[in-house]
Amino acid sequence: MTWRALWPLAALLLCLGLPWLPGLPSFWVTLGNYIGISSIVAIGLVVLTGVGGITSFGQASFLGFGAYTTAILTVQTGMSPWLTLPAALAVSAVAALLIGAITLRLSGHYLAVGTLAWSVSLYYTFANLDLFGRNDGISGIPPLSLEGLRLIDGRMYFSVIWIGVLLAALATANLLDSRAGRAIRALRGGAQAAASFGVNTPRARTLAFVHAAVLAAFAGWLYAHMQRSVNPTPFGLNAGIEYLLMAVVGGAAHIPGALLGAGLVTVVNNLLQDLLPKLIGTQGNFETIVFGAILVLTLQASPEGIWPHIARVRPRPHRVRPDAAPLAARVMPPRGAPLLSVRGLNRTFGGLVAVNDLCFTLTAGEIAGLIGPNGAGKTTTFNLLTGVDQPGGGSVEFLGHSLVGLRAPAIARLGIARSFQHVRLVPSMSVIENVVIGAHLRGRAGPLRGVLRLDRAEEAQLYAEAARQLVRVGLAAQADRPATSLALGQQRVVEIARALCLDPVLLLLDEPAAGLRHNEKAELAALLRRLRGEGVTILLVEHDMDFVMNLADRLVVMDFGTMLAEGTPETVRRDPAVIEAYLGSVA
Amino acid sequence: MDPTIIAILVQDGVVNGAIYALLALSLVLVFAVTRVIFIPQGEFVAYGALTYAALDAGQMPGSVWLLCGLGAAACAASLRAEWRRLSPRRLARLLAGTLALPAAVLLATRELAPLQPGVLVQALLALLIVTPMAPYLYRVAFRPLAQASVLVLLIAAVGVHLAMGGLGLVFFGPEGSRATGFSEDSLELGPLIVPGQSLWIVGLTVALMLGLYGFFEFTLYGKALRATAVNRLGARLVGIGTAQSGEIAFSLAGVIGALSGILIVPLTTVYYDTGFIIGLKGFTAAIIGGMASYPGAALAALGVGVLESFSSFWASAFKEVIVFTAIIPVLLWRSLRGGVVEDEE
Amino acid sequence: MTPVLELEDVSVAYGGIPAATGVSLRVAAGSIVTVIGPNGAGKSTLLNAVMGVLPAEGRIRFGGRDLRGDGVEARVQAGMSLVPERRELFASMSVEDNLRLGAFRHRAEGRAAATRGLDAIFAAFPRLLERRRQRAGTLSGGERQMLAMARALMARPALLMLDEPSLGLAPLIVRDIFHAITELRRTGVAILLVEQNARAALEVSDHGYVLETGRITLQGPSAELASDPRIVELYLGHGTR
Repeated sequence: MTWRALWPLAALLLCLGLPWLPGLPSFWVTLGNYIGISSIVAIGLVVLTGVGGITSFGQASFLGFGAYTTAILTVQTGMSPWLTLPAALAVSAVAALLIGAITLRLSGHYLAVGTLAWSVSLYYTFANLDLFGRNDGISGIPPLSLEGLRLIDGRMYFSVIWIGVLLAALATANLLDSRAGRAIRALRGGAQAAASFGVNTPRARTLAFVHAAVLAAFAGWLYAHMQRSVNPTPFGLNAGIEYLLMAVVGGAAHIPGALLGAGLVTVVNNLLQDLLPKLIGTQGNFETIVFGAILVLTLQASPEGIWPHIARVRPRPHRVRPDAAPLAARVMPPRGAPLLSVRGLNRTFGGLVAVNDLCFTLTAGEIAGLIGPNGAGKTTTFNLLTGVDQPGGGSVEFLGHSLVGLRAPAIARLGIARSFQHVRLVPSMSVIENVVIGAHLRGRAGPLRGVLRLDRAEEAQLYAEAARQLVRVGLAAQADRPATSLALGQQRVVEIARALCLDPVLLLLDEPAAGLRHNEKAELAALLRRLRGEGVTILLVEHDMDFVMNLADRLVVMDFGTMLAEGTPETVRRDPAVIEAYLGSVA
Repeated sequence: MDPTIIAILVQDGVVNGAIYALLALSLVLVFAVTRVIFIPQGEFVAYGALTYAALDAGQMPGSVWLLCGLGAAACAASLRAEWRRLSPRRLARLLAGTLALPAAVLLATRELAPLQPGVLVQALLALLIVTPMAPYLYRVAFRPLAQASVLVLLIAAVGVHLAMGGLGLVFFGPEGSRATGFSEDSLELGPLIVPGQSLWIVGLTVALMLGLYGFFEFTLYGKALRATAVNRLGARLVGIGTAQSGEIAFSLAGVIGALSGILIVPLTTVYYDTGFIIGLKGFTAAIIGGMASYPGAALAALGVGVLESFSSFWASAFKEVIVFTAIIPVLLWRSLRGGVVEDEE
Repeated sequence: MTPVLELEDVSVAYGGIPAATGVSLRVAAGSIVTVIGPNGAGKSTLLNAVMGVLPAEGRIRFGGRDLRGDGVEARVQAGMSLVPERRELFASMSVEDNLRLGAFRHRAEGRAAATRGLDAIFAAFPRLLERRRQRAGTLSGGERQMLAMARALMARPALLMLDEPSLGLAPLIVRDIFHAITELRRTGVAILLVEQNARAALEVSDHGYVLETGRITLQGPSAELASDPRIVELYLGHGTR
């Protein structure tokens, strides 16, 4: 057995044994309990903020949902606390779905300010409804009990809380390592790139939000049965801000960072609450001064928090099982069959015509180059073909399907994959993890299967596919390196591998050779020719004329958004209109 | 509900709405120029109110010391950022702005505070004490983050809010304060008695808005701020310094916050943490107005004020819930109309 | 005589890609110098680095003074103006406000001086006078380019840098723009012109540099470059291998 398999067991023993260490003051046990509860909330923020890029100041409200649900059910109906746990989690999840449906579609800062507003609003709701006991809250909550053993002692409860932390950390780590978690992680490379590989980005954002809310509710449930009473204060905005502080200070993108942040903030908080009133001479919440300053200084000095400075954070090597059953492959259309037909395509941006009545066709199994001077509309055309942008008019037919009106994931499903002019890889992921995002549509495991680790067979298949594509593009040796540690030219090749993972019929490459050295260009050209041999159709935008003239079977030249010329590289080179477009006219 | 009550509620709402409108305007301004969502705006309201109240009571306001401390911190931050290209002239300007100015204000306050020199002098002095803190904060907290994302700036703003709130408690204590108004008279309009202070509030709000309009429309610096808001790179290419624009925007936010506080403290008891909720309502208005349009934000602010006064009549315990929940239909409408979320930065 | 601008072994990276490597060039006072080259050769990146928008390695001297450590604002103050590829106008503000802000560098001289400058600009660009109250965002592409150039000239720069002034404009308007550039020669301002439209750029300039995948591969008097067969080859590739 490896350390990886053993560490949960070791941690479990630590949870059970640590509080009974002889000579450990009960004060530290209590502090440990608070750290544990905060850690669970902060672990939720790792998924939401650190990985998903969604800032929420309102996590304390979800803590409140969990705590109040169990308080009301146990006190009023006498239900067992163990039975209220699912209810507490469910209430919070439903609340997160509702709040998320309203706010998650907003862009970053609107969303964050939105969480501020609903957090204040929920606080006053807790403080003013009879159901929640108004400002006094609810007391007389029964403790958890096991086989008649009432877990009242802080040392016993320590074990409960920290087993909870362990479960939360495991569930979160499992989620992030699954297909659904990858969708959340992919948000960091840009929603556009993720959507181009079939990731339903709104659903990924909602999943992150619900996961964080459920963990916060779990923490709330633990909190309620530890305190045995609840009132609105710990579920207010200031508490919500404190949880965010923990995540940011510790290192929002890492689970150990969440624990570290929760520990640091809780301990410092305690020290300051003793120390500052003595220094200042009166009672009050002066620790906020220090917290505020720490938050600002952390952001200035190290926006990624403390954890990355302690542990060298790098993607861990991924063991690929080459014996995994191969994924089902698409049937390629026969060579020479009509594949894509673009007719009268139009797109204007506020009066500026970017694409104007563009017509061209592609046949299966060819390499076509889309060339033209700067600003001719090439990238816009790519965006129109891949559903990133919608045309103002015209039609696009792909294997009998109209692409107009389809969004990016639907187009990806039809077998069109792309690379981006400005490389869009997820910086925190390794090369192979980035590549496997391309296979998103070829798997089906949902978040629950991921959390419970029931997705291993499928994951092995997806990773084996990604490894195959890396071998194909010649980057197998780099599979476990952080994606952004590669030279930019190689990152472009990683994008091609990711696109190949979709098992595409049509590959759209936006300046694949930019930034490549001479021999790398030659290798790329050889790869693209090989792909053509295997039946993949390729359309590429390229500025390196040597590269594209030697590679392409056919060129489409664009200027001012329309097709200026079309034909073999040789005929295009001699076309006076093309020469004119490139060299310009005499003023 | 009889018409008199309605009239009273509307009057209340308009007065509060005027304050929210001022705050909303300054939030929009700061956001447009610096991309900072200025959460500590509320602290400036509380600081303004409590500083004015202390002066009104003939006491030395503790915020003067904070002004001196922040000035020194701003001086250090600027020296760190600019020491390479600091000419003697710029150094002199820096020292005058961050060290000499607070010292002068400190001396003036020490002389004037015990004399209780009257509401106008007290109000001016309170403005002088509180306003410069805003550009100092900009230099200390936000300028080093100029390249950061909106989200990072927002989290930093929340950090500044936390610290300012705690410092407010240190310097003003937990007790609330009230102060003498600008006018004790009142105006009778049929059944409605309009207090003079309310007229001052509405009058000064209108005057300030007209002043801001004039500043943005007719002065080169006002246009430079707008230019920064419209196109950051374009502004830099004509030589408008983003740091300079940021300082001006923060200064305006400081004036507006402090003045709002001075205006409301005669009407309601202000505590060190009262400002946050007031600021947040300004926010609600700014968001409803779209964080982009000044008239939109001002109009939304009046709406928030009126909604607040009516909900405090019907369900006073839920007044905050109603006001902050009012944001949700707007967000919903925006998200239905707005379409897809763009890439996170 | 010291050149207005002198680049010595300048390298710039853009988004991790080395976009320009070891570039050296000079712009003499009162002259028009052009940098031509195909798409993606690094021309715009180079101009942005000279202006301080992007960080660069190597030496950039302006009027004999090393610009190392100066930000964009300081370079504007020193007398450089860039008309960027994307124009970067203040779209929601009037043409006149855009122009007045162009003279921000001379704000100490007061409004009257700025108005005199404005009159001179309107005399040179009568089209802008007609549109003076119109919002910049409502102008046509050619008018926007005119306004961007005029805004830069309001600063009375010693060096004017133009990034692809013909980009996206119809041929007739391109002719107007290049006409305006030749007219500028008489004001004595030195011009560094980056263009894809090689023929037009070589026509109006004194000296030309050819930038190919980030390196200067050819240079010489513009008239000589214009007849060099390698230029055509450069734009459309060698096609042999």
